[in-house]
Amino acid sequence: MNPTLDKFLGGKQGAIGLAVLATLILVVFPLALDAFRLNMVGKYLTYAFVAVGLVLCWGYGGILSLGQGVFFGLGGYCMAMFLKLEASDPESTKIQSTPGIPDFMDWNQITELPMLWQPFHSFGFTLLAVIAVPVILALVIGVAMFKRRVGDVYFSIVTQAIALILTVLIIGQQGLTGGVNGITDLKTLMGWDIRDDSSKMILYFINAFLLFGCILIGRFILASKLGRLLMAMRDKEERVRFSGYDVASFKIFVFCVAAAFSAIGGAMFALQVGFMSPSFVGIVPSIEMVIFAAVGGRMSLLGAVYGALLVNYGKTYFSETFPELWLYLMGGLFIAVVMYFPNGLAGLWESHGRKWLGKLARKPAAPATPAPVAEAPVASSQPRELETTP
Amino acid sequence: MEWLSEFGAIAAMQGFNGLSVFCVLLLMALGLAIIFGQMGVINMAHGEFLTIGAYTTYVVSVLTEQYAPFFGPYYFFLAIVLSFFIAGAIGWLAEWAMISKLYQRPLDTLLATWGLSLVMQQAFRSIFGAREVSATLPEWLMGSWNPTEAIDIPRNGLFVMGLTVLMTGMIFLMLYRSRWGLQVRATVQNRVMSRAVGINTKKVDRMTFALGCGVAGVAGAAFTTIGSTGPTAGSLYIVDTFLVVVFGGASSLLGTIASAFSIAQAQSLMEFFMSGSMAKVFTLSAVILILMLRPQGLFSIKVRK
Repeated sequence: MNPTLDKFLGGKQGAIGLAVLATLILVVFPLALDAFRLNMVGKYLTYAFVAVGLVLCWGYGGILSLGQGVFFGLGGYCMAMFLKLEASDPESTKIQSTPGIPDFMDWNQITELPMLWQPFHSFGFTLLAVIAVPVILALVIGVAMFKRRVGDVYFSIVTQAIALILTVLIIGQQGLTGGVNGITDLKTLMGWDIRDDSSKMILYFINAFLLFGCILIGRFILASKLGRLLMAMRDKEERVRFSGYDVASFKIFVFCVAAAFSAIGGAMFALQVGFMSPSFVGIVPSIEMVIFAAVGGRMSLLGAVYGALLVNYGKTYFSETFPELWLYLMGGLFIAVVMYFPNGLAGLWESHGRKWLGKLARKPAAPATPAPVAEAPVASSQPRELETTP
Repeated sequence: MEWLSEFGAIAAMQGFNGLSVFCVLLLMALGLAIIFGQMGVINMAHGEFLTIGAYTTYVVSVLTEQYAPFFGPYYFFLAIVLSFFIAGAIGWLAEWAMISKLYQRPLDTLLATWGLSLVMQQAFRSIFGAREVSATLPEWLMGSWNPTEAIDIPRNGLFVMGLTVLMTGMIFLMLYRSRWGLQVRATVQNRVMSRAVGINTKKVDRMTFALGCGVAGVAGAAFTTIGSTGPTAGSLYIVDTFLVVVFGGASSLLGTIASAFSIAQAQSLMEFFMSGSMAKVFTLSAVILILMLRPQGLFSIKVRK
């Protein structure tokens, strides 16, 4: 195989795993689920972007960001602002005291579109902003924190505080951001109705392809020398620094990549769900996003997608049927995954599932048994397992 | 001269307001300063230990009212002691069952204790209901104290202040003037060496964690005099509390006091000029900016790692 292609696909096992996931998302779900459920899966998959980013920066880079909701939210808000401006043209807002501005601004006695909103009339600028705004923020945070060698724990707390600040800010600036309710009633994208079933289907596929794009980029990063360095840094940062590598720059890079992925997820969320609110920005959603990655397997890009799907499905199912039980389950899941399965579903698959599949096939075809959740070979040779049993 | 005395009264009350916020922050941060500062454990469930204290006080208050009304004026002291021991005991259990297995992985402690906090929140909701409850305050805690005509200082604020001073003093004595405190500080600085000289570090860890949780319980009891208690009451403050401890420099008690003071005064001073939420945004952003310039916090001890 072409070596570059090989890097993207992660060898034979990686390619099989990717193919299984692709079949599931691109064929099985669209065929088996009705439009409403499919839209819900699409929503879950937007969280998978964040989880994939977290695998890169937390699982491999060792940087636990508790503020990924910030980037998800910023991406989502950028997209929502564009859609909201389009939805509030003078024609459809003529009952307001100031037609042509978003409804919540009118309710807050704002008579002119604020400067911050002006550039979001342009779709090109919006697309740029969806990526650029979160990445620049991540860059600033990263440079400030990593260049000064702030420890992992402090970084987590500071990112969490940033999530809190942004939530308070969004809720406080009601006239500018829509406050607690967020930006609602998004209708069209460049004249194209995003609310009917067929366009939701199209958005679902766009979302899925973008997700696979992110996974492939992630694979490429991990398979390259950079991926090795990230792991080396996570395990013995000082040694990498003494070998002459600029540790901070690698950390900043991977943190920015994770931010960009989250932002794409956020923008797709706004498009598919039709609103954006601060409840996807704050501390609680940010930590929930970490648990998606943890459940799926912090060392597995594909596992993160499964984690996001499963946890969200569980959340929807249990909070509909047994709302009392959900928090117990979620909390228990957190504790169990962290204490007993630090490598999540992907780790379980590596240690048990594959053996089981081999037995099932009767004829154990030695090492190359198909592995749906298997990750690039680098993942299996991880010393992580050693740390779990002190 | 009229306006001058009025201005003085406003300044005094505003200053007291800031002091009040300071005491609340400090009470919350004390327990965390022990757990996070001394042990390096990120206890995201700290807020829930606070809630345990608050609910304990509530239960004691209800029971007193029903079975022993004559005890009414004094129940609060019993509630404080009980809060300390109940929160401490649950903390002891949590350390034994969970945290002791995660000392090698600080980031994972963060996630596991977050899970614990979710479970505890739901447990509060199942036991006490989602509605907020409040304890009946004894009479001597209600009303306010008027040194002059214009100055009006609430008594519960004074009580919380007194309790804060008492707790801080006790923790200071325990950490810096007792044999146990010596062992804690030795374990923090060098675990392996401490073990080598015969300190039972496991026991020290467990007691330290339990003590931190107990202090959180006392803080929770103190909170019932200010506001009502809901299942998520504690978790609202967890980030602020962490910032106080980090900003102060993790392993310095003095730093925690100084940072709680500066954050509280900045917050209440800015609230004078702008809305509460913007004041909070500016205060937290300032803290983060300073942390970026000085990651080790305000006060730090130099430890060879």
